[in-house]
Amino acid sequence: MTTVALKPATMAQALTRAMRDAMAADPTVHVMGEDVGTLGGVFRVTDGLAKEFGEDRCTDTPLAEAGILGTAVGMAMYGLRPVVEMQFDAFAYPAFEQLISHVSRMRNRTRGAMPLPLTIRVPYGGGIGGVEHHSDSSEAYYMATPGLHVVTPATVADAYGLLRAAIASDDPVVFLEPKRLYWSKDSWNPDDPQTVEPIGRAVVRRSGRSATLITYGPSVPVCLEAAEAAREEGWDLEVVDLRSLVPFDDETVCASVRRTGRAVVVHESGGFGGPGGEIAARVTERCFHCLEAPVLRVAGFDIPYPPPMLERHHLPGVDRILDAVGRLQWEAEG
Amino acid sequence: MTVMEQRGAYKPTPPPAWQPRTDPAPLLPDVRPYRVLGTEAAAQADPGLLRRLYAELVRGRRYNAQATALTKQGRLAVYPSSTGQEACEVAAALVLEDRDWLFPSYRDTLAAVARGVDPVQALTLLRGDWHTGYDPREHRVAPLCTPLATQLPHAVGLAHAARLKGDDVVALAMVGDGGSSEGDFHEALNFAAVWQAPVVFLVQNNGFAISVPLAKQTAAPSLAHKAVGYGMPGRLVDGNDAAAVHQVLADAVRRAREGGGPTLVEAITYRVEAHTNADDATRYRGDAEVETWRGHDPIALLEHELTERGLLDEEGIQAARNAAETMAADLRERMNQDPPLDPMDLFAHVYAEPTSQLREQQAQLRAELAAGQEGAH
Repeated sequence: MTTVALKPATMAQALTRAMRDAMAADPTVHVMGEDVGTLGGVFRVTDGLAKEFGEDRCTDTPLAEAGILGTAVGMAMYGLRPVVEMQFDAFAYPAFEQLISHVSRMRNRTRGAMPLPLTIRVPYGGGIGGVEHHSDSSEAYYMATPGLHVVTPATVADAYGLLRAAIASDDPVVFLEPKRLYWSKDSWNPDDPQTVEPIGRAVVRRSGRSATLITYGPSVPVCLEAAEAAREEGWDLEVVDLRSLVPFDDETVCASVRRTGRAVVVHESGGFGGPGGEIAARVTERCFHCLEAPVLRVAGFDIPYPPPMLERHHLPGVDRILDAVGRLQWEAEG
Repeated sequence: MTVMEQRGAYKPTPPPAWQPRTDPAPLLPDVRPYRVLGTEAAAQADPGLLRRLYAELVRGRRYNAQATALTKQGRLAVYPSSTGQEACEVAAALVLEDRDWLFPSYRDTLAAVARGVDPVQALTLLRGDWHTGYDPREHRVAPLCTPLATQLPHAVGLAHAARLKGDDVVALAMVGDGGSSEGDFHEALNFAAVWQAPVVFLVQNNGFAISVPLAKQTAAPSLAHKAVGYGMPGRLVDGNDAAAVHQVLADAVRRAREGGGPTLVEAITYRVEAHTNADDATRYRGDAEVETWRGHDPIALLEHELTERGLLDEEGIQAARNAAETMAADLRERMNQDPPLDPMDLFAHVYAEPTSQLREQQAQLRAELAAGQEGAH
């Protein structure tokens, strides 16, 4: 057995490494976006790529998101594999028409003749003290658009593995990067980084018997913290990290809920019309007879993302999660 | 220390020298739309090209008429006719080399057909048995694009990618006057100019965006003038003069191919028919205006020039019409057959591999279809 040299690394470093490795392995991979070249991106995730691969491979574009994604579509039509960076979640909205009217359906409308191997990286979510329009959780919009894969990592290793898989995918992938985890450190083996394939498999981050927390992206560490805290209450919580919202891994999620009989979905995105409603419905449809209580949701409030000095009241935290777990009809067991 | 505090020590200096990044004068369009037919330039035009343009115009008009008739017969869901605009449609297709790419809008079925797309496959979108009926790579014709101007950035990206790969490929993107108001028009032109992408933008200014006239669309001196703001040349051309459109586009294509960057061409033309069969043009324009444009008809103009110069006789005219009739008869016959439809195709090309959710839905539809068949027995 070989010893692996685990080193602390940040999610941002793993993402950079994923693009670098993909660009080195495949000359058709092109990174493009606002400030991704000389500056290395406002979060420095593309740091060094322009220097190493040249500005034709890592391109500072004009400041226009529809144009960035629209030209990336044309580049993909010609056989390139563009990796587009949207600078912030809310800055991606101008590109929605290209995303919905073209990116998501080019394969379908051409009967498979013209697939679009495109990766759209979007830093998303709150918790970094960002002012207005810098903290949205926009995943529900993407999930509601057939033809897109929607992926989000929660660990350093997954950040690398999922991004490599996204870039390698022949389908368009919206790659949501939890921006408050960019600087989270984790033990990682950069000498042997692993690709996570296929896209679409959830993973059990923490095993437990009492109830399942179903979550993804920035809420995964919060749920793990909640699970630790729950031990004092006598609850042994399982935490499922979805990793991919589309395709959705019904199998892993439902296997967990069937074991525990109780589930709470946790995400920053608003609850109404948010991912949690879909997930709760899917779990209920498939696991009804195993459920001891209704599937509950802990979500962001149904409000425009709040100003930074108030965001802690909005974001799902440990207490709100434990409160929801407490409402899972435990008394019925006695 | 504020400026007030350091008064005396502060020495005002002029700002760094500024000058415009490009001399705007050569980019400005000539405000007289360029014409060839009926001018001295006609003598320089290649007779073979003129005859080819003529044959394609005649065929194109017949195609429009046949497609409109098929709509009335219920064979097409809708047809946005390019009658009156055939010169732009045909010239755009003929000006390109095989390896080049055409990016048509929904009104440019004719350009796709003139480039070689099968006339029936080109109508798939409008018949409604699928969205794009042809393989875009076969003739290098992007899907007919319905959301206005959204195909323009695709053309820029494709041309840019070709250049990065070292391929000698030009993209020609078609859009209307209404489409020129869209944000994607602006972003595409800006990206094209910044990247010096080998793209030609052809705006067919046909006077109306459905019912809205150009005066409500823009306050620019002309749509071609918009080019200057992006740092690319703008050209105005008589859009009903097939020889002129072809020449202006050929110049722009050559310039793009030689690394000179993009050009914006505005072709002044007129949509003789209503927006589609579902539109009533009498609600927003008068017959007199339409009649004026019938006097400046692209086919009649070219036919007049060719016959005047002895390049076309009655026999040649008849041959072009006969070829058009043959195409129309074939189109009629094939369009009068019901297209094969397989409901299971709904799930075929959503992703490279269907998700488990789609597989479940596929199974549901298959079961419904099976139950329906059983019920029919």
